[in-house]
Amino acid sequence: MNSSFWILLTACLVAVTCGLVGTFLVLRRMVLMGDAISHAVLPGLVGGFLLSGSRDPLVMLLGAGAVGVLTAWLTEWVHRSGRVDTGASMGVVFTFLFALGVILVSAFAGQIDLDPDCVLYGEIAYVAYDTVLWGERDLGPRAVWLLGGALLFNLFLIVAFYKQLKICAFDPELAESLGIRTATYHYLLMIATAITTVAAFESVGAILVVAMLVVPPATALLLTQRLSGVLILASLIGCLSAGLGYSLASAADCSIAGAMAVAAGVLFLLTFLFSPRHGLVTRAWFRQRSLLAEE
Amino acid sequence: MWAEALRFLSLADANVRHVLLGSMLLAGTTGVVGCFTFLRKRSLVGDAISHAALPGVCLAYLLFGSKEPHVLLLGAIAAGWMGAISIDLIRNYSPLKEDSAIAIVLTVFFGAGICLLTLIQGAGNASQAGLDKFLFGQAASLMARDVWALGMLSLILCGVVTLAFKEFKVLAFDPDFARALGLRASTFEILLTTLLVAAIAIGLQMVGVVLMAALLITPAAAARQWTDRLPRMLILAGGFGSAAGAVGAFASSLAPRMPTGPWIVVTVTLFFVVSLLFAPRRGVLAQALRTLRGRTVVASENLITTLYRLGEHARDFSRPWPLESILRYRRLAAPKALGILSQLEREGYVRGEGDRWILTQTGFQMAERIIRRHRLWELYLTEQVKLPVEKVHQDAEEIEHWLTQAQEDELEVILSSPTTDPHTHPIPPASRGREGEV
Amino acid sequence: MAGNSGKTIRFPREAKPERGAGAPAPIEVADLTVTYHRKPVLRDINLLIKEGGLTAVIGPNGAGKSTLLKAIMGIIPLASGEVRVFGEPIDRSRGLVGYVPQRGSVDWDFPTNALDVVLMGRYGKLGLFQRPRARDRETALACLEKVGMAPYAGRQISQLSGGQQQRVFLARALAQEAEVYLMDEPLAGVDAATERAVIEILKDLQARGKTVVCVHHDLQTVTSYFDQVVLLNLRLVASGPTESAFTPSNLRATYGGGLTLLSDVLETLERSGS
Repeated sequence: MNSSFWILLTACLVAVTCGLVGTFLVLRRMVLMGDAISHAVLPGLVGGFLLSGSRDPLVMLLGAGAVGVLTAWLTEWVHRSGRVDTGASMGVVFTFLFALGVILVSAFAGQIDLDPDCVLYGEIAYVAYDTVLWGERDLGPRAVWLLGGALLFNLFLIVAFYKQLKICAFDPELAESLGIRTATYHYLLMIATAITTVAAFESVGAILVVAMLVVPPATALLLTQRLSGVLILASLIGCLSAGLGYSLASAADCSIAGAMAVAAGVLFLLTFLFSPRHGLVTRAWFRQRSLLAEE
Repeated sequence: MWAEALRFLSLADANVRHVLLGSMLLAGTTGVVGCFTFLRKRSLVGDAISHAALPGVCLAYLLFGSKEPHVLLLGAIAAGWMGAISIDLIRNYSPLKEDSAIAIVLTVFFGAGICLLTLIQGAGNASQAGLDKFLFGQAASLMARDVWALGMLSLILCGVVTLAFKEFKVLAFDPDFARALGLRASTFEILLTTLLVAAIAIGLQMVGVVLMAALLITPAAAARQWTDRLPRMLILAGGFGSAAGAVGAFASSLAPRMPTGPWIVVTVTLFFVVSLLFAPRRGVLAQALRTLRGRTVVASENLITTLYRLGEHARDFSRPWPLESILRYRRLAAPKALGILSQLEREGYVRGEGDRWILTQTGFQMAERIIRRHRLWELYLTEQVKLPVEKVHQDAEEIEHWLTQAQEDELEVILSSPTTDPHTHPIPPASRGREGEV
Repeated sequence: MAGNSGKTIRFPREAKPERGAGAPAPIEVADLTVTYHRKPVLRDINLLIKEGGLTAVIGPNGAGKSTLLKAIMGIIPLASGEVRVFGEPIDRSRGLVGYVPQRGSVDWDFPTNALDVVLMGRYGKLGLFQRPRARDRETALACLEKVGMAPYAGRQISQLSGGQQQRVFLARALAQEAEVYLMDEPLAGVDAATERAVIEILKDLQARGKTVVCVHHDLQTVTSYFDQVVLLNLRLVASGPTESAFTPSNLRATYGGGLTLLSDVLETLERSGS
């Protein structure tokens, strides 16, 4: 199979996996945690690399996952003990971890085959060449397997806890009063975010992960209010962005991940302007018409 | 390594001087400007703006074919501004919240920037353009005129902050009130955003898109721990920033190809952690000490009231009591109780008579005051909050240590000077002398 | 970033407000509608606030009480209608209006002290970039004194109790030396001492001929504290002197039926009325 197919498949897997978690993050106003985690995993990757001495995916994944959880925990700690708002504490924590990662990469430049650039915008162009081998058999790209796993996990989570997640997202107070432990679902969501981020970002880079976490769900939210509708639409819009972005990147010969983020942004902009319910232009048009009708 | 350190510290090398001065000026200025975004709880808007500046840099290069710093700077400022406006538009004209707006602008603009960057690289003149330094920054390439430009801009930014201090302060504390005063709030918001965008644009080529946010947030967060006055906070944040700039410049000079930006960020985060732990009053340590002291106060006051209750029960306040009698009332390890009692003896609240203990005059007054507050509170809970009598003691046990004189007086008024509590124990009268308050 | 100053309506220049019969009312609201994300939060409000009155604005949660004050202050954009203060648009008469926002609307952990907050009330009288002068400082201290907070002038604001914070906000409005005062729940969640102090100041303002409008939540105290009342629930239900407008039927129209507290109040009202 050719590499375009694998690139698109990977991107769509990222889109759907991120779209599912991202919808809840957007609703619960936790999107920036995804951003923070996706930057902060760099030192985890380096640590994993240094410990295992190789690019053993499992070790690096564990390192990255550990740092992801650490980020969430440190943010909470700085927020509480420093009486600093969550945004600022997130900023302090993830920039520190990322800086640490860059320093580690520079310090062990000879031993590490890792490039901070890659963490930012990934190497999705090469996913097809990094395959999983089962004995002699080539089972397809590693990224597809990783992302497939993350997707299954997220799907399981959402199907199993749909009602609880929904109530926690729309009305946490009601959830508390119904005896649903919102904290549990908060951390469950955090874990899903960490897994999604870690699985996705090595192949596609931090920007695309964060872009897919927020832009398609936000676009979908401008189009529909029903949660199931948002989830499906977000996944579709994500895949559409991936396809459009890939064509753009092939045409202009530029970064694939960057182009996909831009494509998602363009779809968002169009929706922002022309969505039937919330669109800027649509609303102005309606206002004009109702004014005319009054006169 | 020692040779490099010496070379840096002697400041003989012009390049070393430029990097050092440049880093200090930059990190100091962003520290000052960042205080306002920090206090408005919009720290991550700075992160979005710095990411949003990248496509501006690339477009400026593509359009003008020049890598002159001021051309790229203008591009960064224009794109940064667009990013800031986009965040406001999304927040004001859609049901999406600010965090989504920030994340959308951040990723989409940055994605565009990466696209343009790879486009320029694909055309084969990337390193020639030196645009990739905008990702992670490159302080080492600073030249004399860059430092001059940085110095001028720092001066302007700090000048504006000093001039418009009053307006920025009320805007950060209470924007509605600023508008109610007619302070041209929107003009000053635009001015503040311009400062932020300018500071970010200058910083980009030194620390890069990703880490820029740290120079805005972390010095402010560190400075906040030390002071409750805004002018001092601004100066401190500037100081933390500059110091981190200096240390970062030094650390990165020790090894070849070591980036300066990340070292500045790590250093300033170190300052933050030290502030978080050791700042007086707000620091983690100070808070822990306060909690500990609070517990000691509670334990001491409890022993004093126990001696009082023993005397009240026996209708004889002049009798000393053995430790066992006290411990029958209070669950406390004997050595611990003895320690507190001897401390109280040193402070003049109790007197030891052999192995028995008795309240001094001061201790007795103190006991009366606490018991009075305890019983007033019990009465308040039963009469006004309508709690059952058997449930109020535990609550009063807690509150008796923390009620203030003013609250006590208020209870007295509300309950119209009562004499007995719900358990029909007498409420001691208010003492005239209030000495010996812990 | 882009502020949302109100849609300004141009009025012809008029003379400075004058007192006495025939003079324009302190606050005049005509056909005011305010929307938030396309949902109306205030609709077709017509309101006249009498000079020298002590007015309570009451209504259930989400009735638009705070929005009304903000719309009068020009802090939020109006969808339609107009507001006049002493016959002029708010932008030309801001110096005559003092404002007390809800206590919960600001971050009390802000690095500043009580005196500094009160000094902010003087900012409207200072020029662009001008620093507070010694005279402003004296005024601010005098205002703190009036609310009984002078001993706390140098105290960081997070170390004040809720009632003390409310008094600092009140002092800040006093420092504006205005003719009309708009206050958003100055009595919400305060201790008895603060409540007494606030009421004393309101009465004092009224005695000095000032006009005061308070968003108020406690129906029990409306009759004893206020002589004018505005009942609001998205639309204006009633307004006027407390004796004639604070009636059981108006209250029912404002709150619907579901409040136990309401029925208490209605009962007392009916008893005292008969």
